[in-house]
Amino acid sequence: MKAASARYAGLIVFAAVVTLNIFVVSRAFAADPPDAAAPPILLIQNATILTVSHGTIEHGSVLIRDGRIAEVDQSIAKPQGAEVIDANGQFVMPGIIDCHSHIAVDGSVNEGSVPVSSMVNIADVLNPDDIDIYRDLAGGVTVANVLHGSANSIGGQTVVIKLRWGAPASRLPFEGAVPGIKFALGENPKRSNFSIRGQEKRYPATRMGVEETIRSAFTEARDYKIKWDDYNKRTSAGEKNLIPPRRDLRLDPLVEVLEGKRYVHSHCYREDEILMLLRVAKEFGFKVRTFQHVLEGYKVADEIAASGAGASTFSDWWAYKVEAYDAIPYNAAIMTRRGVVVSINSDDAEEATHLNQEAAKSIRYGGLSHDEALKMVTINPAMQLGIDKRVGSIDVGKDADLVIYNHDPLSAYAVVQKTLIDGRVYFDRARDIAERADREKEKKALIEKEKKAAEKKAEEKKQNEKKPDDKPKPPQPEQRNAADKAHGVGSAPATARGAL
Amino acid sequence: MNCSRATTMFHSLILATSLIVPASLAAQQPPPKAYALVHAKIFTLAGAPIENGTLIIRDGKIAAVGGQVEVPQDAQVINGEGLQIYPGMFDPITQMGLREIGAVGSTVDSTETGNYNPDVVALTAISPSSEHIPVTRVAGITEVLAVPASGGMDSFGPTGVIGGQASAIYLAGWTVDDMQLKRSVAMVVNWPEIQTKTFDFTTFSRKEKPYTEAKQEYDKQVTELTDWIVRARHYAQAIGHGAPADFARDLKLEALVPVVRGQLPLLVFADRSREIRNAIEFCDKQNLKMILAGGSEAYKLKDLLRSRSIPVILRPMLTLPLYEDDPYDRLLSQPTELSAAGVKFAFGSFDNSFARRLGQNAANAAAYGLPYEEALKAVTLYPAQIFGLADQVGTLETGKVANVIVTNGDPLEITSEVRYLFIRGQLTSLDNRHKRLFEKYSARPKP
Repeated sequence: MKAASARYAGLIVFAAVVTLNIFVVSRAFAADPPDAAAPPILLIQNATILTVSHGTIEHGSVLIRDGRIAEVDQSIAKPQGAEVIDANGQFVMPGIIDCHSHIAVDGSVNEGSVPVSSMVNIADVLNPDDIDIYRDLAGGVTVANVLHGSANSIGGQTVVIKLRWGAPASRLPFEGAVPGIKFALGENPKRSNFSIRGQEKRYPATRMGVEETIRSAFTEARDYKIKWDDYNKRTSAGEKNLIPPRRDLRLDPLVEVLEGKRYVHSHCYREDEILMLLRVAKEFGFKVRTFQHVLEGYKVADEIAASGAGASTFSDWWAYKVEAYDAIPYNAAIMTRRGVVVSINSDDAEEATHLNQEAAKSIRYGGLSHDEALKMVTINPAMQLGIDKRVGSIDVGKDADLVIYNHDPLSAYAVVQKTLIDGRVYFDRARDIAERADREKEKKALIEKEKKAAEKKAEEKKQNEKKPDDKPKPPQPEQRNAADKAHGVGSAPATARGAL
Repeated sequence: MNCSRATTMFHSLILATSLIVPASLAAQQPPPKAYALVHAKIFTLAGAPIENGTLIIRDGKIAAVGGQVEVPQDAQVINGEGLQIYPGMFDPITQMGLREIGAVGSTVDSTETGNYNPDVVALTAISPSSEHIPVTRVAGITEVLAVPASGGMDSFGPTGVIGGQASAIYLAGWTVDDMQLKRSVAMVVNWPEIQTKTFDFTTFSRKEKPYTEAKQEYDKQVTELTDWIVRARHYAQAIGHGAPADFARDLKLEALVPVVRGQLPLLVFADRSREIRNAIEFCDKQNLKMILAGGSEAYKLKDLLRSRSIPVILRPMLTLPLYEDDPYDRLLSQPTELSAAGVKFAFGSFDNSFARRLGQNAANAAAYGLPYEEALKAVTLYPAQIFGLADQVGTLETGKVANVIVTNGDPLEITSEVRYLFIRGQLTSLDNRHKRLFEKYSARPKP
């Protein structure tokens, strides 16, 4: 099953090593210029607008200028030159924000060889061609927090992206979003359910070891920070000829955590390990930004709320391992009631295509209101990722990241009609359907071309193999050269290959 | 309504008081002889919905259903005003009772080792006290098939070719005997796949092999499967002619006898069109009754499936398309296409802990064009028909087993709740592990 395999995907392939891409993703922290492909003025009319921040507007309009929301009201007069989307009978909500995603990653999501892998960064391996970006867009997702897997107590650096399908990797990161780091507690970092025959167990193998790993790493990071602080202080005081401390790529991101410049997103399940991390964080003076999955969060909801950490959980996953046996679909509701900012995440490309439905389950299990449920995939994850000034609700000045559904999005019958990012329509169901015939034709033509090329290649091969007499004899140098060419192994590309 | 409002109110009062009796005391009281569900909208799925209808349950069966039904004196009345009544849902592919915690091998009994296990039967290993059962029940599911070797979430590695026999069970009962709907309803076959890329769990690495090698392995397995069927046919003939005294019984072949006699269908797991086609040709040639499971590319063979009357248990809608260049809604729109082509199908969760998403899956198919009534029938009547159990479950008709749900809305919708649930005519608890943990921790005092 897709959901299942993806759930473990990160864990399964931990033998694979993250490819360090030579193309460094540029992370421009300035606001992005308006998208040239987006209409400068766009008016969405006649829709039920679920603003999330200030209630529902029936038969309302949203005006978009230069990729931002310019006006939200009952009725807005069409400005000159505006493009219009008539959303009669449809629902508009803010784009869905998935606080835990593994899409758009080239290769394995786990650098599982070491317990602390803070030196690797998922932003280095973003793959803009991953089809799951488009599939999730078609499910109304506009923003995703892309994380490493959970093989390490302290995992890799994370990146928040916008699902700008078709844009290069450098355009995916959410401009100005605070970068994060993945932590993981419990069965996955202690490798409980995974072992390779003949290979020694990796440390840590217990929850005690997981805590020790984190404390050790932060002890190192604190010392490292002192050295750098001292060096910087003395340098700025005018001291000359000082030797800077040796740069440590593993500790740099942990120093950023200590300085509050990098968010900690920690995978966890059991109540005790949640409290453990809060104690360690307090000891070193950093904050846990979000607890991820946090399936037993409902048992320690008050403690989580008091710490100020957010909680990003599943709707109804349970029983796939021991630490998920006490998982309950009421988790989101209990934590919400106790004052935790809660989001529902996917952890999986498929699950992300219906996060609206997953949020609706907290109405059924725990009795949350329509608005509370909606917040769990919009403004709450935006707050958790520190991007709530830009996205997460339909308010003037915010990015025009919007989803249009044909029904109330908290229904299993709702289908996404359009998804907009920065005021540009990145997914349009009608257009997708209309283009299918052409795409099918194009695919057939490519297959035909490939077949013909292969036939030609085979024919050439046959020609070259024809011998003047029946007796086999070694090919003459010029013959071998021709044969090599036909096989595409010569220095010059063969015709067949060139035809691709 | 024939019964007077006063009587109804009186009975409602009785019900109200009986509901606050502690469970331990209630358990000691004999259950009422009959139940009368009144004033509800009844969707029998055997005719038009009945407004303000009455449903009478007696001796585990549906005794009467209709708009003009008399309420018996000895019946406990449940006022269904504002509520709706449906047949309980039927999940035709689960590992219910066979698997508790996916990652803990000692709690998993869903797949035997070895490639050919026709004589293992799911019912043998079902744990009646599995926590999955009451959790699934709350979603309005009253009966399921427990299917061995059917994969499912958290299930890795090979599943064997002949996986064993699937059992139909009610989701309530003190013992497996109570739960049994039918011991053997289908023989599981995981149709071999030509796999060039595999994942080796002993070394945790991806393996790739040449096509010719993969094809050879595939052919070998199909030949072996053919051999099993041929031998079973010979075995059946031998039994038919009266076996000699020294006749050595072979339990595996014996288990395949109902298959070759056409009494037990093969439940064939296959997703890609090539494998589906090969499986159909095989069953045609061997003259076996086939039910397709999975069927991600069934749409490519819809005419063949219809002409051979092969029903399909569809993999959950909540699954990504097989191929990168498939339309993003390939699986979601398939039911609409199959329905239009006249192929009979049901939805299955193919899982345990996700079984409660069955209704959501059906609703999603309706969202992408499947007529609503077809979606509803694909989780009630159609699975019952496909496995030959429609004389007992699947609709609300007089004489059928009273597997009934009373809801506050469309049972396929995420936000709807089941208010009352009957299995074999017993008013069945809606309590479960999740609800208990919810109540316990909701009551935790502030630290």
